[in-house]
Amino acid sequence: MKKLAFLTCSLLAMLAACSSDYAPSGPIGGESGTELAERQVIHIGNGTDPQTLDPHRAQGVPESNIGRSLFEGLVAEAPNGDLIPGVAESWEISEDGKTYTFRLRANARWSNGDPVTAGDFVYGMRRSVDPKTLSVYSFILAPIENANAIIAGDLPPEELGVAAIDDRTLEIRLENPTPYFLGLLTHSASYAVHPPSVEAHGDAFTRPGNLVSNGAYQLAEWVVQSHVKLVKNPYYWDADSVTIEEAYFHATEDVAAELKRFRAGELDMTNTIPKSQLGWIRENMPDRLVIAPYLGSYYYGLNTTKPPLDSPALRRALSLAIDRDIITKQITASGELSAYSWIPPTIANYGGGVEMPEASWTQAEREAEARRLYAQAGYSAENPLRLEILYNTHDDHRRIAVAIASMWRNVLGVEATLVNQEWKVYLDTRNQKKTQVFRAGWIGDYNDPYTFAEIAHSKSELNDFGYDNPEYDRLLALAAAETDLEKRAEILKQAERRLLDDMPLIPLYFYVTAKMVQPWVQGYEANIMDHFRVQDLKILKH
Amino acid sequence: MLRYSLRRLVSAIPTLFVLIAVAFFMMRAAPGGPFDLERSLPPEIEANLRAAYRLDDPLWLQFARYLGGILRGDFGPSFQYRDFTVTELIATGFPVSLRLGASAILLALVIGVTAGSIAALKQNRVTDHVVMTVSMTGISIPNFVMAPILILVFAIHLRWLPAGGWGDGALRNMVLPVIALALPQIAYIARLTRGSMIEVLRSNFIRTAKAQGLSTTAILLKHALKPALLPVVSYLGPATAAVITGSVVIEQIFGVPGIGRFFVQGALNRDYTLVMGVVVFYGMLIIAFNFLVDLAYAWLDPKVKYS
Repeated sequence: MKKLAFLTCSLLAMLAACSSDYAPSGPIGGESGTELAERQVIHIGNGTDPQTLDPHRAQGVPESNIGRSLFEGLVAEAPNGDLIPGVAESWEISEDGKTYTFRLRANARWSNGDPVTAGDFVYGMRRSVDPKTLSVYSFILAPIENANAIIAGDLPPEELGVAAIDDRTLEIRLENPTPYFLGLLTHSASYAVHPPSVEAHGDAFTRPGNLVSNGAYQLAEWVVQSHVKLVKNPYYWDADSVTIEEAYFHATEDVAAELKRFRAGELDMTNTIPKSQLGWIRENMPDRLVIAPYLGSYYYGLNTTKPPLDSPALRRALSLAIDRDIITKQITASGELSAYSWIPPTIANYGGGVEMPEASWTQAEREAEARRLYAQAGYSAENPLRLEILYNTHDDHRRIAVAIASMWRNVLGVEATLVNQEWKVYLDTRNQKKTQVFRAGWIGDYNDPYTFAEIAHSKSELNDFGYDNPEYDRLLALAAAETDLEKRAEILKQAERRLLDDMPLIPLYFYVTAKMVQPWVQGYEANIMDHFRVQDLKILKH
Repeated sequence: MLRYSLRRLVSAIPTLFVLIAVAFFMMRAAPGGPFDLERSLPPEIEANLRAAYRLDDPLWLQFARYLGGILRGDFGPSFQYRDFTVTELIATGFPVSLRLGASAILLALVIGVTAGSIAALKQNRVTDHVVMTVSMTGISIPNFVMAPILILVFAIHLRWLPAGGWGDGALRNMVLPVIALALPQIAYIARLTRGSMIEVLRSNFIRTAKAQGLSTTAILLKHALKPALLPVVSYLGPATAAVITGSVVIEQIFGVPGIGRFFVQGALNRDYTLVMGVVVFYGMLIIAFNFLVDLAYAWLDPKVKYS
């Protein structure tokens, strides 16, 4: 027995006393601070397992992280998120904003040495919108002429408004001037695929050995649930400035295990961090923690299609009664911003965005107004509002729901019950509008206010709150036809003000991304889209 | 013996059929489907997807087609892993789970039986108490607690072993997951062995052996071990099937590409075919292992005869 006690004690002592996380043996980057490591290999935590490497079928973040290093679109993104030329070295936009003419690089090559031609992009985009491809993200190409009709199966893919004038000139015609169109061309739905290998291998064209890609890297290995290994593509047009030779994207579903692999020095970057360990990380390795604003809104959707939440006054009362700072400072606590608008103010093409009038009020003022509106809607202590809050099973969502239910009870006397459902059940309930209040989040697909604005359109597939305001729809259509960016921003602001007045959704906070990056990873910049390409990174000596 | 084996194999067919039917219809009865996304799909795209995966046919027809597929060894395409078929996924994942699980079971068997036998011989003495306390702890500490502790100690603090990753099954990558997987099994097996060993040691034929002046080691190895292993063997059947089909927790924490995670991920994503494939595969393994256990009984216990 004594032995056992001794063993237990020494084990505990060891756990407590040591903090021998992986540490570099010498100064990072050598004497000069910029010396590169001999082996240029990077290990990246990539979250859940990628579901496909077919750029046209990809739908999740893990797939697009790999896709950006494997493929290159006409347009690419710099580390800070700015748009830069990709396969296209230059482009011209017609005066009406509806015709884009791209000049492709003469030296762009596929990983088997074939030149990348305008025809490959025509082939790729047609494949992307072809209903037979079964893409769930083909709507990204919707601004292109005839795309919607092709996606719906009413026109053949050959009718897509994309044409190869010659091998190096590509013309794309749009339905409407779309100021964010260049940004869409960084999305995997717009990538070219190598026609001969798709034709030869069919669905298996994404396997190692079959996949021919045009990015800085090519596929070397793909072990489901373990990793995807990329190696440098020697034919890439800018191969001379690509430093990292091999990149591993590891499946890291378990965030706590991911952090441990990072601490052991096995990962150079993580996908995210376990929220519960944020305090420990801040204390022990703050220099490796990168937190940055993210293009996403966390919100509560209100089912406006049936009583009691069909009353705008009541919806506004519910919004006013929430103290957002308590949620962002005490619950999420990673630097999230309290949201007083639906569209993140940092988004491009929006001139800083709009705010609810109550953004500048004190919480006491908000609560007073909330009580007034609540009484006006006919509720009181004797006749309280009864609500059900639906959220998908997750600890963070539960904590926020508990906080909001108690704010509503304390400020207004609302009796809210919490219901949690597993993700797919929750989606089903939400889509069928068998809800009253549901938690939701939206991450923008591209850096433009429209990716948020469109959600509240009466015909949107994401409009699970049943908002139907013809004036809002009209403003969105107006914005779509406007070529002047400033005027367009004004129209969209008008639409958002309308939305915030009607309050079919209660914005709560704007997301941040949090990840761990080793000090020897050079060239990583956090950006609002949380995008990065391996080719922009380097491994310093360590 | 042969007739018995054949009879067992034939009787496995209805069992498997019931298993497949129950799993198939339960999976379909769950709310939500593989194409339910946060942004609901435009109706035409959803229709295309449903047609491609033939989800529009009546359920009985889909079931019949699924059964037909299984007979040909075709588990269908995965909904979640769109570049792979379920058969391919199981074919790449199972060898990993098998290697990990078999190592863990072997380790558990050797250590568990040894420790259990020693405890039985030293019944109610210090050694016995230590073995039993340690094994009780082993049973009570769940995997998801034990695995991170092992990583913290051996990967982060001592830096002896990697914290995760499979590395094509290199020994150093296997050590921690095998230990984490084996610990609870060691504990169970030690307790089972001890219990039955104590019983066997009290029986008449052992007393006779002692009276003949045989050494303790000879008694233990030649006479007592075989009968004492009976309960261990019957435990081993389902335990082996469970361990070699992968542990969700262990695979997730150590980043092992086995088939255990397919269960949970498949169910959460409503990947009908993947879940079915793993269920059917698992069912077949359980049946096979129970059969092997019964055969082992005949070898271990002269009273058991199959005819």
